Formats: sequence, C-alpha cells, structure tokens
Amino acid sequence: MFVKTDDLIDLLAQDSAPTWRLRSLLAMALAVGIIIAAILFFVGIGFRPDISEAVRSNRFLFKFVVTVSLAVTAIWVTLSVGRPGGSLAHRGLALAIAPALLACATVVELLVLPENQWMPRLVGHNARFCLTLIPLLSIGPLACLLAALREGAPSSPGLAGAVAGLAASGIAATFYAANCTDDSALFVITWYPIAILIVTTAGYLIGSKLLRW
Amino acid sequence: MTTSSQENDWAVWMRAAMTGDAGAYRQLLVSVAPHVRAVARSRCRRLGAPESEAEDVVQEVLLTIHLKRRTWDQSRPIGPWVAAITRNKLIDVLRRRGRRVSVPIEEVMDSLQAEDQTSELSAHEIDTLLGHLKAQQREIVKSISLNGNSIRETADRLQMTEGAIRVALHRALKTLGALYRSNVRED
Repeated sequence: MFVKTDDLIDLLAQDSAPTWRLRSLLAMALAVGIIIAAILFFVGIGFRPDISEAVRSNRFLFKFVVTVSLAVTAIWVTLSVGRPGGSLAHRGLALAIAPALLACATVVELLVLPENQWMPRLVGHNARFCLTLIPLLSIGPLACLLAALREGAPSSPGLAGAVAGLAASGIAATFYAANCTDDSALFVITWYPIAILIVTTAGYLIGSKLLRW
Repeated sequence: MTTSSQENDWAVWMRAAMTGDAGAYRQLLVSVAPHVRAVARSRCRRLGAPESEAEDVVQEVLLTIHLKRRTWDQSRPIGPWVAAITRNKLIDVLRRRGRRVSVPIEEVMDSLQAEDQTSELSAHEIDTLLGHLKAQQREIVKSISLNGNSIRETADRLQMTEGAIRVALHRALKTLGALYRSNVRED
C-alpha cells in the first residue's frame, strides 16, 4: 500500500477522532430493532383478546421467561463473537439456558397433563402463524444487529450472523408470544424452534457474506 | 508473546486513542508494528514468500487495527486482540497471493516479539491501491503520509477546512480497507 509503513502510521494517527465502542453500537441496534418489532406488533397483530386473564396464567408467563432469556443470552454472546478472536468458547454455554428452561417446562407439562391432551396441545391452533410471524417480526432486529456487526470484526462471520439471528428471533418470539393463545410448553418446544431456526439460518447465510472484514 | 508491561502500554495508549488522543495512538501503532512484522516475516519465510508480502501484511494489519479499534473490549488484554487480527489478515493476504495457509493462533501469540527493521514496498503496489481513491482523497493521503504534512497544512494547501480534510481522510481509509477485502473476494 505504502512505500514505508511509517507513512501509513502517520496517516492513521491523523484519523484519531473518538469512536463508538462496539458495545454501544450493538445496544443502539438492539433498541432500534426492538422498536421496529414493537411497531410491527402493535400495528399488525397486537395482544391476544384475553390478555388480561392470560397474564394470570403461569403457562403464558413462562413463555416470556424462555423467549426473553433467549434474547438476552444471544445478545450477550453476540458481543463476544462480534470481535476478533471471539468464539463460542467464551460465552457459548449461555445459549443453553433458554432450551434448558423450555425442556424443564416440557417435562412438567407432560407430568401434569393427561396423556390424551398431549397431541392437541402440541398441535395447537397457531402453528402457521408462529412459523410466519416470528420470522417476520425478527427482520427489523436482525437487520439492525447485522448492521452494527458490520462495524465489528467477527473471527467467524457466519457464526456471528447466526447468533444475531438467535437474538433477533428471541425478540420476535417475545412479541409473538403475547399474541399467541397456545401456551403449552408442548406447543412452544415444537414450533418456536422451527421459526427460530429459519431466522438463525438466514442470519448465518447473510452474516457469512456481509460480516467479512 | 509480548511482555505484559508492553501490553499494558498498548492498552493505556489504545484507551487514550479511543478518546481522541492522536499522540498516544501514534505510539501504539509504532510499538505494535514491529511485533506484527516479526510474525509476518517468519510466516512468509517459512512459505518462501518475498519480504514485501510481509510488509503488506503489516500495513493491512495496522489499517485493520485502525478501522476496527472499536472492537477491542477494554476489560480484556489487548495482545490476543492484536494477535487475532494479525492471524486473520495474514491468512487473507497469503490466500490472495494464491498460497494455501493455515495459521495456528498459538503460533502468532508466541512469535509476537519485536524485530525492528522495515522493508519497503515497490512503487507499483502503492499506485495500484491508492489509484482507486478519488482524486481529492488521494491528494490528501499523499499530502499527509508521503509529504508529512499535518491536517492543518493539508487544509491550507488544498483550501479546505480541517473538518473536511478529516472526513475525507476517514473515508479514504475506509475505502482502502474495503479495497483489500474486495481483492480477497476476487479469487
């Protein structure tokens, strides 16, 4: 590039305006992404009709324990995999929290529900909405997170994109769960992961192209 | 591996640099360059690549450190961060030159030790990359780097404001980083 590396250093040292930290950029992307998803939610689908009764149901509330923990852990891991040298080795284990919580709830559900209720609860009434609305609601958050990660430098671009996809689908699933009337853990563990996988795969594919540096 | 006192210096300088301290930033780059050079040279020697390739790596690593300095987590040591960038760019540059490479990170960490002679790149290399910049950006880059002018002197000479020079310089550096990347993708 330059005859002397010192010439380059002179140049770089002159461009030393204070910069935004990656953490702040991701925080901003997160906020904007949530706002976009919220607008889409309130304009497009809104709360379920019986929301005032639903909030007294443990099954309904537990959906948010799972989706919020997915969003929080995935954002935390994004912060690590978005940097040079970052890998799942540092924080990846945190991603097991949300699936573990959901698995426990599923076991409890199987214990308390009579067997003839298992299939009807699993199939539910909203599978098709679940599979379309979660990916739709996650588009805004995913776009924002990927835009912020472009300012990062992930050692593995695909991985960073995938983890951003997990975070985005955690946000989307949180909104969707407030609309969906299927509250059984059997429904959640069957359909939510499929929707989340779609978003995560999209994140992986876009990330491996867009997040190179 | 670098000594911890040296890494401490780097961390202190980088923290200052992130708040806009150009002097500290310069010290950091001057101090990091020989370490990156040592790694790049030993790797190129082993692959039988010419010395100019090593200097190319050094410059690309410094440019990347610059463009991606926001990604250093200030609560973590800075040495591994520099090593990760060095490794990544080493692979890019050597791959671009059509070499098959794998660079274990441990090796980069181990051989981040000083070796202090610079080598020069051919004039042809400079022109190919800088040639892609807009005329005004190229003028600013040459004024500051090759002629050693300050931002103010450059502004006076080109009859622009210092702010405009800073913005143009920043864009030029981002463009150079992108040019490197597109070179990688072509093959």
